[in-house]
Amino acid sequence: MIRFTVNGERLETDVAPDTPLLWFLRDNLQLTGTKYGCGIALCGACTVHVNGEAVRACVTPLSALAGRRITTIEEIGKTPVGKKVQEAWLAEDVVQCGYCQSGQVMAAAALLASNKAPTDADIDTAMNGVICRCGTYNRIRAAIKVAAGPGVATVKPGVKPPHKAASKA
Amino acid sequence: MKTRAKYPFSTPFATPFATPPATPINSRRRFLKASTAATGGLVIGFHLPGGNKLAHAQAPQGPNLNVPNAFLRIARDGSVTVQVKHLEFGQGVMTSLPMLVAEELDCDWSKVRSELAPAAPVYAHTAFGMQATGGSSSVVNSWVQMRTVGAMARSMLIIAAANRWKVDATKCRAENGVVIGPGGRKAAFGALADAANALKVPEKVELKESKNFRLIGKPTRRIDAATKVNGAAKFGLDVTQKMLPNLHTALVKHPPVFGARVGRIDASKVHGIPGVTHVVQISNGVAVVAKSFWAAKLGRDALVVEWKIDDAARVNSVDFKKSYRDLAATPGPVAKAGSVDALKTAAKTVSAEYDVPFLAHAPMEPLNCTVDLKADRCEIWVGSQFQTVDQGAAARVAGLKPEQVTLHTMIAGGGFGRRANPASDYIIEAVEIAKDAKVPVKTVWTREDDIKGGYYRPQFVHTVTAGLDASGRIAAWDHVIVGQSIITGTPFESFMVKDGVDATSVEGVADTPYDIPNMRVMAHTPKSSVPVLWWRSVGHTHTAFVMETMMDDLARAAGKDPVAFRRDYLGKQPRVLKVLNLAAEKSGWGGPVPKGVGRGIAVHESFGTVCAHVADVSIDNGRIKVLRVVSVIDCGLVVNPLTVTAQVESATAFGLSAALYSRISLKDGVVEQSNFHDYPVLRLSEMPKMEVHIMPGGTEPTGVGEPGTPPIAPAVSNAVFALTGKRLREMPFKV
Repeated sequence: MIRFTVNGERLETDVAPDTPLLWFLRDNLQLTGTKYGCGIALCGACTVHVNGEAVRACVTPLSALAGRRITTIEEIGKTPVGKKVQEAWLAEDVVQCGYCQSGQVMAAAALLASNKAPTDADIDTAMNGVICRCGTYNRIRAAIKVAAGPGVATVKPGVKPPHKAASKA
Repeated sequence: MKTRAKYPFSTPFATPFATPPATPINSRRRFLKASTAATGGLVIGFHLPGGNKLAHAQAPQGPNLNVPNAFLRIARDGSVTVQVKHLEFGQGVMTSLPMLVAEELDCDWSKVRSELAPAAPVYAHTAFGMQATGGSSSVVNSWVQMRTVGAMARSMLIIAAANRWKVDATKCRAENGVVIGPGGRKAAFGALADAANALKVPEKVELKESKNFRLIGKPTRRIDAATKVNGAAKFGLDVTQKMLPNLHTALVKHPPVFGARVGRIDASKVHGIPGVTHVVQISNGVAVVAKSFWAAKLGRDALVVEWKIDDAARVNSVDFKKSYRDLAATPGPVAKAGSVDALKTAAKTVSAEYDVPFLAHAPMEPLNCTVDLKADRCEIWVGSQFQTVDQGAAARVAGLKPEQVTLHTMIAGGGFGRRANPASDYIIEAVEIAKDAKVPVKTVWTREDDIKGGYYRPQFVHTVTAGLDASGRIAAWDHVIVGQSIITGTPFESFMVKDGVDATSVEGVADTPYDIPNMRVMAHTPKSSVPVLWWRSVGHTHTAFVMETMMDDLARAAGKDPVAFRRDYLGKQPRVLKVLNLAAEKSGWGGPVPKGVGRGIAVHESFGTVCAHVADVSIDNGRIKVLRVVSVIDCGLVVNPLTVTAQVESATAFGLSAALYSRISLKDGVVEQSNFHDYPVLRLSEMPKMEVHIMPGGTEPTGVGEPGTPPIAPAVSNAVFALTGKRLREMPFKV
């Protein structure tokens, strides 16, 4: 039996300890917001937080998680920094296909939790491990800077104020 | 909209697709209402009258239909739901198509919802005649159709209000989800929906003039964004046992060499693995079925398969290159006829060979397909660009009729052409597994399966010899293209392959907008066991690279500035010329360039759209760094500038991955790459700063999703040449 918490909920599981966290989340807990992209920690689509740090769930076996706190994309919006990141993502209209964006949001939230004013170089380091095949990178960078700022009001999908171009990185 | 004459072959995925269907929609299609007993409100759909039994079979008859034959549903609460007939895979159709409807409907945009339509003939692409997402044509082909849907519903809502108020309908108008009548009377759409649904659908409606647009042309955020930042969006891979009880996961061991057949199977080590339930031989491999992904993965790792491999299938990329070179030196089928005799007397000639490799699409969401097969019906959940094709293929394998197969379109994590496979490979194997295992099955391709799985952008070799006369003008251009045909062997062959030339192999060369005298284009299409497919911008992926680097080389040979040189051949192409000129202006072309930086330009027309990039590059530790890209796109009338900007950036990033990093190679028939370590793609720190300028004007939209890809590789090659004097003619680039 391995015990840990997922999104604040205490769990105990007898699933094989070598099972990667990614597949435990997706297949056992049906938390499908965490995505599979490569399986060997090359693309970052599976990024979750373990004790607040960004971790690739695809290469993290359950055996490494005893006593740890795991937060996934489904719950990150309940943290102040996660909420800010999500709002900035909407304000900057970051997403395209959206598949990598769970990982992007989680990586950005971990960055901002430890670094309130990241430089471009900090953003490069924190975000380079998360591949976006749609090429939303410039809006990701812009959104991280927005989230690092005073924050944005909650944005509903809709017409964007024309004075703010999304493409400006 | 003025565009060049269409390419002589009608090519759904390749032709500049500048104009929507010429026939007004009302003269050949009849819109109708569906019963809304279950939900209430107004529903607008349409079917193809006569001659299309399938369409009739699936026309709305009652509330229990599993194919909602409707484009639009207005509920009593005023919410407006648009059924989007295309696949959403990042290009923004879940926002842009509803914008078209909402513009004419005059509804409240904040109440607009978006759903992906299932497979059904009624959702056919208005030009292709089948349900399909490709050719940068989703907005183009929906332009009249979706606005008509909105206008019809608005008309019915206005009549419903007029009837209620007993006033003349011409005295009423719609605004922001409300009908406003004489004396300022108001009724919300939701309150009118049931009454409107009792009315006849108008035969004809007038569409707004573009100067009256309120939504089209405005930067509009994506409708689907909210669920994509909190993990709620359901992609194909996210079908779970909660949605489909007893769902199993299957991984397939595919042949290590394309075309190899299954020999002896040793599953002795598989069956002991907890969770594994079945080992199933299918037409293209052996599947391990289990109760979870991880069990299926462990099972597949433990599976031993001996393969029957034909010696002829043990192919090598280096051999392809050599044999393509040899072929290029021989006469081949003619794509564009012209005399190149002037080369013999040219003052200067430039000869060059270009090489591009096979490329995998590598969408972030690996391929997957969920199948629930019963004796008399089949349900499929899949991110498909070819819904009705895949539905038909599934039906054939399952032994059912297409209408017995319900195909739910799931949003997809990219696709770039891979999900538009005429061979329906990943759908067919999923149905085969479900048929044998007799449980609901979700197939999941690992990244390795995806990278090694074929259906690549073909490897190509181009050879070009062009000559300049004494005044520095192009005297003749002799161009040979060698590479596998994407179209041959597909249902598109009859109209896209002509006289031995696959239109998608030569698009962008044979129909170049440059007014080049004495141009001859020949194309050889060797066959191989490696399956090939369209890849974002198809033939333009390599033809733009060749044309635009060659034009640069010729400019240098003529002693002219690359922009000035190009202008001389665009006298009859005002649209291309304007894009080129604006790109030069916005990038500061001809002005100072920082030390250690090279600047290059390229312009290319594809999918009815013209796009130019100006790239600034530096070289750092032997690696090309693209610092800045200034882009100009003329895509006709702009529906959503945010999407256009995003897609130009996206297409540029995609093209940069190919220009700088990505390559599939084969050795003894085995693909040498497997994951993102040896098939690298662009990462955040490598993304250039971008400045996208959208050409204003235009009366109708043209393609947006792909045209940004073709000109980036040549712009970078030209920039590297400007910096180093070294010409890069092989992708991915090495300096």
